[in-house]
Amino acid sequence: MRLEPKPAPTLAVTLLYPLGAVAATLVITSLLVLVAGASPFSVFYLVAKGAAGSQFALLETLTRSTPLIFTGLAVAVAFRARLWNIGAEAQLYVGGIVTVVLGTGALPLPAFLLIPIIMVVAMAGGALMLLGPAVLKTRFGVDEVVTTLLLNFIVLLFVSMLLEGPLKDPMGLGWPQSSKVIAGAQLPRIIQGKRLHYGFVIAIVSALIVWVIMKKTTLGYEMRAVGHNPQAAGFAGIPVNRVLMKTALLSGGLAALAGFSEVSGLKGNLTLDLSPGYGYSGIVVAMLAMLNPVGVVVSAIFVAGIFVGADAMSRAAQVPSYIADVMVATALLTMVVAILMTRFRIRWK
Amino acid sequence: MPALQEEKPTANAQDEGAPVVLRLDGVTKRFGPLVANDAISFDLKRGEVIALLGENGAGKTTLMNILFGHYVADEGSVEAFGRALPPGDPRAALDAGIGMVHQHFTLADNMSVLENIALGTQSFWKARFDRASARRRIAELSGAFGLAVDPEAMVASLSVGERQRVEILKALYRDAHVLILDEPTAVLTPAETDALFHTLKLLVGQGLAIIFISHKLNEVMAVSDRVLVLRSGRLAGERIIAQTTRHELASLMVGQEVTPPPVPPVITGPSLLVMEKVSTVRQANATPLDNITLSLHSGEITGLAGVSGNGQAALAGLLSGTEVPLSGNYSVQGEPVGRDWSPAVALAGGIARIPEDRHAVGTIGDMSVTENVIAERYHTERFSRAGFLDWAAARKFAEEIIADYDVKCPSPDARIRLLSGGNMQKLILGRALDPEPVIILANQPTRGLDVGAVGYVHGKLLEARSRGAAVLLISEDLEEILALSDRILVISKGRLSTPSARGERSVHELGQLMAGHGEEGRAA
Amino acid sequence: MDVVEILFTASFWVAAIRIASPLIFATMGELICERAGVLNLGIEGIMTAGAFAGWFTVYAGGDLWTGVAVAALAGAMFGLLHATLTVPLGLSQHVVGIGVTLLATSLTYFTYRLALPEVTSPPKIDAFQPLPIPGLSKIPVIGEALFAQTPLTYLAFVTVALVVWLLYRTPLGLAIRAAGENPSAVEAQGISVTAIRIGAVMAGSALMAIGGAFLTMSAFNSFFFGMINGRGWICIALVVFGSWRPGKALLGAILFAAFDAYQVRLQQITGGVVPYQIFLMMPYALSILALILVARRATYPKALMIPYQKGER
Repeated sequence: MRLEPKPAPTLAVTLLYPLGAVAATLVITSLLVLVAGASPFSVFYLVAKGAAGSQFALLETLTRSTPLIFTGLAVAVAFRARLWNIGAEAQLYVGGIVTVVLGTGALPLPAFLLIPIIMVVAMAGGALMLLGPAVLKTRFGVDEVVTTLLLNFIVLLFVSMLLEGPLKDPMGLGWPQSSKVIAGAQLPRIIQGKRLHYGFVIAIVSALIVWVIMKKTTLGYEMRAVGHNPQAAGFAGIPVNRVLMKTALLSGGLAALAGFSEVSGLKGNLTLDLSPGYGYSGIVVAMLAMLNPVGVVVSAIFVAGIFVGADAMSRAAQVPSYIADVMVATALLTMVVAILMTRFRIRWK
Repeated sequence: MPALQEEKPTANAQDEGAPVVLRLDGVTKRFGPLVANDAISFDLKRGEVIALLGENGAGKTTLMNILFGHYVADEGSVEAFGRALPPGDPRAALDAGIGMVHQHFTLADNMSVLENIALGTQSFWKARFDRASARRRIAELSGAFGLAVDPEAMVASLSVGERQRVEILKALYRDAHVLILDEPTAVLTPAETDALFHTLKLLVGQGLAIIFISHKLNEVMAVSDRVLVLRSGRLAGERIIAQTTRHELASLMVGQEVTPPPVPPVITGPSLLVMEKVSTVRQANATPLDNITLSLHSGEITGLAGVSGNGQAALAGLLSGTEVPLSGNYSVQGEPVGRDWSPAVALAGGIARIPEDRHAVGTIGDMSVTENVIAERYHTERFSRAGFLDWAAARKFAEEIIADYDVKCPSPDARIRLLSGGNMQKLILGRALDPEPVIILANQPTRGLDVGAVGYVHGKLLEARSRGAAVLLISEDLEEILALSDRILVISKGRLSTPSARGERSVHELGQLMAGHGEEGRAA
Repeated sequence: MDVVEILFTASFWVAAIRIASPLIFATMGELICERAGVLNLGIEGIMTAGAFAGWFTVYAGGDLWTGVAVAALAGAMFGLLHATLTVPLGLSQHVVGIGVTLLATSLTYFTYRLALPEVTSPPKIDAFQPLPIPGLSKIPVIGEALFAQTPLTYLAFVTVALVVWLLYRTPLGLAIRAAGENPSAVEAQGISVTAIRIGAVMAGSALMAIGGAFLTMSAFNSFFFGMINGRGWICIALVVFGSWRPGKALLGAILFAAFDAYQVRLQQITGGVVPYQIFLMMPYALSILALILVARRATYPKALMIPYQKGER
């Protein structure tokens, strides 16, 4: 068996590959549904209905997609430059920490000042969080996958320490949680009385900005060059290490916005379960989008839909909601195979 | 080597009665539209050395890879000792007694000589690797063929010549009766080459048959009985060595009378790049420079001859900006090179670089032609403003290069990976030469290119010389150096010889210098 | 108790060796994969799957050793998936590894919930019991630490010896080491690089799964969510720390486990002055530190993470 490079397919054909990956995912996971003793059709129908079957469901899916857009963008940006940031989870929590540190009364400012300040500081925090592994990679040759993964655990323990110490909510009845952020640090809801908040809008705008950076700027060009072939990029005069640093800052900053938007827009305070693995799901989101920033929005909504829909489904059918995680992980693997097929032809001889 | 000793060595290699050990019949291999091998047929007899002669890219290596089972032929068959060889199975080729010494050695650096030689010769189900018997057999073989090498030495610590001996031992260890050597002398000094030829004579005396792949005429004349000339994938001719001449082979190889490029008279200008007593740090697996002195003059091509791995990489790195001097003075256009020396600074200093490896270093395979041609200057005003790229200007530039340099490619948006080596090199040339650089580093600029592309590259280098550029041409191909250079330097073990003007030193003298001999006491 | 005295108590060393055991299995597993040239980031998920598979087999009435075998088989299957994608298809070992971890973890949780829908507190099994070796276990401190452990701990040490033997003393081991250094050397000798690498990843993954199973069958005696808790990632650091040599990696695992056992005891002594989370962070921080210390001078397998295509040199 050999792989032969082939000309890039047209955009329309390219879009078929993620669809193929999703179809393959559905086939594979329906086997599990059968094992669970349910009908795949009814289960997938329930998932779809739970994700988009009503205004409530749809808004819930969009709400859930918000942090995934941020982490998906963070991963997409990093992976483009082949900086393997598996630490979006940690960077997200840093964003959350900054939001409650600044937003629970330390800075008594009106929202139009306070929210931008929090966003900037949160991004800076997340950026620094990833800068460490990036420096270790370029200076010492330490694989960033392992360092970012290990930092996820360290940061979560750090959050736990804060929540039982300095950030502990005095009214929290002993639960490890922070106080609620003040009104000036809250992102308003898009529709009154619903959970969807302006974090979603910020996420969409971020995706557009990242798209412009990747397609139109020298930085985006540098990142792609470094990602495809660091040796050739360096030979051509592109400052590889500096580009990796910039990538780390951008990626870490984006992931931190996820934490900011969850605390400021949805939860109101910091808890240990702020993220049910949004950092890891961001990898799936980014890969499904083939690392395209605009595609990230679509795939984040899709992945969020699976999670929201599966929650609803598991209440109705006797299939554990972990089926959603299985679907998402399977989609990641089928997608990398699909991406391979867009670039190479497999010849069986 | 008991198996071979039982058989009587054939007295005469051209003995018509000697049995055929290998037969190729109509072997054809295509890579997309490119026909790498076009209906190749020939026989190899016991005790015979045939040379497979051809330019780079003529299809020699592809043919041998088919023979050895790395590739599968689209058409045709291979027969060894009268039995058809199943395609695409290196194991079958080994079992049939075919051994191959690859151009790039296939040795694992983290293991000993013995382990490398015996790798794969004992059953994987055995709970214990039988070292003692392997050691005995290696001792026998090295004694019989004069292939001295310490079986317990780690491969990482061996010289190139020693590694090649290990490769030959590997084949003999497996009872090879047919030995294929792919460009075996490319990495050897003249003395090591002589030793290799001696070994080959011993092997033939023992009844082995040898296929010797080369593009060097004098070696082919020296070592083989019969020669097959390949040209653009076809068998262009077959000659008995005793009945042919160098001149005839050269014509067969190139397809026409070889005419060296016309070289206009040299008008030497001021020196643009000067190195005085420069040394570099030892990098992994690369010879560092040791106290070298060099100056490149405007309007002159300086040729650097030498066996690969003698410091060429370090010198190229100094010019490219990927390496900084450890000691000594180095200045470019009068400006001393400082700590901030880098590819970007080198480019800004007017140095154009044509790298040795166009796939790994010269281009970014998965990016488009447009994205590749702007790689050295994307940040200049021509292609960007305030951090935003001007894609229209970039595309226009790519189209200009495609037109000016006669590049064959589907569109500026095509991934550069899909282009042929020659077209890729033309793009690199266009990218490097467009800003009219004053200093040009051409590192193995024609390796692996077909004849037409070679001529094109040479023409462009001469053109640059005419407009006053200083060119450093690094090549392992002495004929290329001789054809183009106004001054020739030889590099050996990280040291440079004194320069010699065109025609001043004979090929023999240059060969001595390449081997590190001569010039004691008068080294620069 | 004094902070230094701890080091001389038998219970401390018993705990250290127990903590080291799952790490030893998984580190050896990862080491085999990487020696063949494949970085296996599926380790965290494969350990999770192994932990569940071993535990569930016993819970469902199986024999303890059957449980270990089932865990190994489950690990090998995920290894096969990983290897299929990374070896013949040459896909990014980073992305596929994370994908396998996510898949193995979620499949495990799915299966657990499917099998035990109502359970809130995880049921216990009759796990491996300590099996003191007569005579040897009576040696003070060392005897208790090394020779009064469960059979799985003994197996961990035997595994190290077997891996050393495999890599350095058998014909197969030569091929594995060569595949991770220069795959074309393997192919030139008529051996399939693909087969060697797939085999190595499957075998390595089986060991990782046994490492996971140790936790449910010889330490906690039950399965719960998030129980691997980064141990897999730590093992990846341990392989680097051990310079890809089984002996050194074993030493690293024991050192690491000793530190872990030490911090637990230190935590009790300091009695709440220092937040306990600081101590819990230590293992992860230590792993990062170890990576920084050795990364520069490590002689890693040269073909690690580089996919190999036949005939391409």
